[in-house]
Amino acid sequence: MSYYFTILSPTDTPIFNIAFGTSKGGGDGIARFRFPDTAQYMNQFIIHSSLDILEEAQWTNGGMYLKHIDTYPPASAYISAFLTPSGARFLLLHQPPQLPSSGSSSALGASSLLGSSGSTTRASSSSVAANPTSPQTEEAVRQFMSEVYESFVKTAMSPFYKQGMEIRSPVFRSKITAAGKKWL
Amino acid sequence: MAAPPRHVSMLSISNSNAGTPQSASSDKPQTPQPPSTPQQASGLRVPSNRKTIYDRHLNRSRNAELSRASFAYLFAEMVTYAQRRVTGIQDLEKRLNEQGYPLGLRLLDLLFYRSTSTSSSALSSSSTSSSPPNRPLRILPLLHLIHGPLWRLLFQRSADALEHSVSPDTPNEYMITDNDPLVNTYISVPREMNMLNCAAYIAGVIEGVCDGCGFEAKVSAHNQPTEMWPSRTVFLLRFGDSVMEREKVLERAGIK
Repeated sequence: MSYYFTILSPTDTPIFNIAFGTSKGGGDGIARFRFPDTAQYMNQFIIHSSLDILEEAQWTNGGMYLKHIDTYPPASAYISAFLTPSGARFLLLHQPPQLPSSGSSSALGASSLLGSSGSTTRASSSSVAANPTSPQTEEAVRQFMSEVYESFVKTAMSPFYKQGMEIRSPVFRSKITAAGKKWL
Repeated sequence: MAAPPRHVSMLSISNSNAGTPQSASSDKPQTPQPPSTPQQASGLRVPSNRKTIYDRHLNRSRNAELSRASFAYLFAEMVTYAQRRVTGIQDLEKRLNEQGYPLGLRLLDLLFYRSTSTSSSALSSSSTSSSPPNRPLRILPLLHLIHGPLWRLLFQRSADALEHSVSPDTPNEYMITDNDPLVNTYISVPREMNMLNCAAYIAGVIEGVCDGCGFEAKVSAHNQPTEMWPSRTVFLLRFGDSVMEREKVLERAGIK
């Protein structure tokens, strides 16, 4: 499972982003996207394209964690969103690991692909990583988002931070990395 | 953009200063801190006890009270500061409003953070089904949020009244009344400026909260003294057209 996490300000300015891989089930925490040569900008495209859906969902669901909101099938990227009350958006793109066997058959359905990946490559211990829409995954992402939210509030409370400024603090980055390691 | 280089040089000076006395004083001899390269590269100064803002708990000062005298002093200085650079009362109120606005945005996040963290702890202790609070989607929940939790966070009590404009021409106007605003307690406005209400600062806070939640609004503070409450203040909230339109759509969709 590979992750790309972005925080967007209320005016759609990216103020923080980070890519990381899973640490569950023997993962080493390094992101391995399916298309590594284009991942760097494609991930940003995919995440930003889900903003429209987010802005619709924002007014029908009053919760802060909006769960899985969007899917981009060509890269089998799943996007989960969290909205802070002050309008900052946390977006997490997650991509389940690619099977070596299904590399050629691109027509394979997502569900069968995920089912087989759960049984073959990853043991049952890594259920979080295997199925991006399962309740366990939603819960893990929610926990991750709440931890990020705590760090984000601390950043926002700093008198030297203005809304929409890029978050450059290495401490913040390490907090997010730790939260990713813990939950995802 | 002259600030960043100055900032960086200042930090590097304080870093080099802090390096020698710290090793000399040796307050923590058992942990000689290794030179942390990533922090230094970005010019961020990490406190010697390693307590950054991220290590402090946000709920620690939750029930702490601020000295009213120091607040009154600080607020008087803020008013004086704003007054030095303005031409009229409206301008002064605008400046006070602008000072309050960023505070509103921050309070919003803090308020939700605190209510989520307490509801989860209350959930474990009393096993009630208190779900985390929702973001306000309609005007009324937003106004209740301001009237209740926000006011309690700021002043430890709710606001005194919440009203909707009775005039059919202005359905977008709402009023929140505070009989005795804390900010005006130690301020006596000169007679020639009797239109001025320094609670414009609080109006700015409210505006920040509304804007943060996605409700574009203009908020102003008005004096409405009564015999019993000489400093009674009405905060007038005027929501923008986009908000009223969305309100209609959401009402039809049945969203509360």
